[in-house]
Amino acid sequence: MGKDPQSSSRRTFYQRMIYGVSSLIAASLTVPAVGYLFPSRRKGNAGKGWTDAGDVSALPLNEPRELAFQRKRVDGWKTSTERATAWVVRTDRELIAFSPRCTHLGCGYHWETDNDRFVCPCHTSGFSITGEVLEGPAPRPLDRFETRTEGNRLWLGRVRTIPENGGQ
Amino acid sequence: MRDLIRRILDWVDHRTGFETAVKNFLYEDIPASSGWHQVFGSVALFLFFVQAFTGVLLAFNYAPQPGDAYHSLQYIVNQITGGRLIRGLHHWGSSLMVVVVGLHMIQVALWGAYKKPREATWILGVLLLLLVLAFGLTGYLLPWDNRAYWATVVTIQIAGLAPLFGEYLVEFLGGTEGVGVSTFTRFYTLHVLMLPALTVLVMMLHIHLVRKHGVTPSPRAIGKPKKKFYPGQAFKDLMAFFAVFILLFVLAATVDVPLERLADPSDSTYVPRPEWYFLFLFQMLKFFEGRWEVVGAVILPTLAVLALLAVPFLDRAKVKRIQQRTLAFAVVGVVLAGWLALTVAADLTTPEPVASARETSPGAADWRLLTPVELAGRAYFRREKCADCHNLAEGEPKMGPTLATVSQRKPTEWLMAHFGNPSEAVPGSPRPATTLSDEDLNGLAAFVLKLTPTNAAALEAVPPYAMRAAVIYQESQCGACHVVNGSGEESGPPLNGVGQRRTAEWLEEHFRDPQKFDPQSVMPPYDFPTGDMKAMVAYMQALPPELQ
Repeated sequence: MGKDPQSSSRRTFYQRMIYGVSSLIAASLTVPAVGYLFPSRRKGNAGKGWTDAGDVSALPLNEPRELAFQRKRVDGWKTSTERATAWVVRTDRELIAFSPRCTHLGCGYHWETDNDRFVCPCHTSGFSITGEVLEGPAPRPLDRFETRTEGNRLWLGRVRTIPENGGQ
Repeated sequence: MRDLIRRILDWVDHRTGFETAVKNFLYEDIPASSGWHQVFGSVALFLFFVQAFTGVLLAFNYAPQPGDAYHSLQYIVNQITGGRLIRGLHHWGSSLMVVVVGLHMIQVALWGAYKKPREATWILGVLLLLLVLAFGLTGYLLPWDNRAYWATVVTIQIAGLAPLFGEYLVEFLGGTEGVGVSTFTRFYTLHVLMLPALTVLVMMLHIHLVRKHGVTPSPRAIGKPKKKFYPGQAFKDLMAFFAVFILLFVLAATVDVPLERLADPSDSTYVPRPEWYFLFLFQMLKFFEGRWEVVGAVILPTLAVLALLAVPFLDRAKVKRIQQRTLAFAVVGVVLAGWLALTVAADLTTPEPVASARETSPGAADWRLLTPVELAGRAYFRREKCADCHNLAEGEPKMGPTLATVSQRKPTEWLMAHFGNPSEAVPGSPRPATTLSDEDLNGLAAFVLKLTPTNAAALEAVPPYAMRAAVIYQESQCGACHVVNGSGEESGPPLNGVGQRRTAEWLEEHFRDPQKFDPQSVMPPYDFPTGDMKAMVAYMQALPPELQ
């Protein structure tokens, strides 16, 4: 094939066009597809709002309580109201609201009064009343909600992670 | 390095035969007469891949449930990067697929490429055409907007007309109880599972036969040395892909695919129309009345498909040059002209959407002409954040329907039900339930009902003081004694024009102590806080003089 120079150069032209055009078509489909599958959320309002977690006036000192409340959740095309909880502790210094998920693999944990610690049933991580890791595989202290109080009511903002060593 | 790659390729080829297969495919012998006219089959295959690709992408963010389907599609179109483009590609790709498959068939028909031994190839091709149309028909329902819903209502009715098996067909399509969840799920399953699988299968058989018999040569090319598919014809195919792809991309990027409002089975004013390639069938139905309807709906289309299937057996003449195939040109021309005439007729006879029976008064383009109830409704509209999901007038698309166009067709009871429990009135509506009292809801309904496409923009721009005042007016039950814009009781003086009759100071003083001006007045004093007072006085002054 392509013995004379003209047919050979035409063949090269065909091949280059074939490679070029098919790459162009593939790219014009792939680029939007990547944007589509990994969208940078337009004006995501996740975690922007504050949620009323309820009245905390009756909360005893140094006794963690799990508060249940309703919060708005935007999930894809659906906005729903769901039940959510937070472990809340009133210490003599501050009011802390922990995210109810273990920092290891996200299981729900609970307060054990006898052992004076939060215990995760999955891999037995233990946390102190202020959230520090006492034992087990948890990589960092319990995550905390941003909090503010209005009168007797506790409002929760977004969840903040406290790094293992940099925690204050 | 080159050597290493060669060795790896050889290793793979030795074990899989992959490279040999690709080479066999690319270096297929094709007749010397092959050229641009034979690209359409490949283009159809290309479009199939585009449809599969964009379809899978859509499915990644699509909720196959009535109601949710609509909202997830809105989410795709309005929220997700490239979502509008991907949907556009899929939508326009389906139309282009019909065009390309049509061109492919016309080319084969004109050149007589269906003749012995290629009858089976043609029959499989007709099957593929039907599959493409089935894709279009089932995909039409999936956006679950009004257009989708009503077109499918008609489709199901037509399916039910089929003699003998109509009932079973309707049951198969999940339409026994009308168009609903069953229909939707069946259509979805057909569209994304069954039809693609069937199409791939038939397509493979079709392509297998094309290769088995080879591309049809023109009579003059017989005996001439053959060409290779690659790279000459491959180049032509690819250029055709490119042209179609550019057209598709431009359509998807520039022409918005409509997403109408959420499917509403109670909407009697909707004018359903099928996709353009079904318009001829739709138009044909108008010619058959009463018991003859089945002729246009089922019998003629069935005969047409049978005729298509029979083409290779009807035309068994010897292979001729295309220039001598006058009869083929005549037949294709007549069919095309008939199709075109019916389509154009259908398009010309599409009526404008029926105007609402509940026309609002022409003067309502000004908020000053609203009754206090309606104006308070505007305030509740703002307070309840209705605008999070609804536009009053046309604007940046939102999750819920644009109220100027939707409200005219809804009775008050429906609106009240929607405010109280949105998901009951509109399945899948994400709107949270409201906390407004029934009385306030009445105001909201009254306002929404006042909206028309022409006044919505004006009513959107109600100044905040007027909204505030209207709510106070309602809460203080001023309407129990006063009339504003024809609404209220007449025991007290009408308030229209009071701003012309009285000064702001007088009005304010009168609110605080009516008896100071008229000892006989039964009006109780209203000592509004400063902000409220300012709003009330300004509202009184803004009221137009007596209505004629």
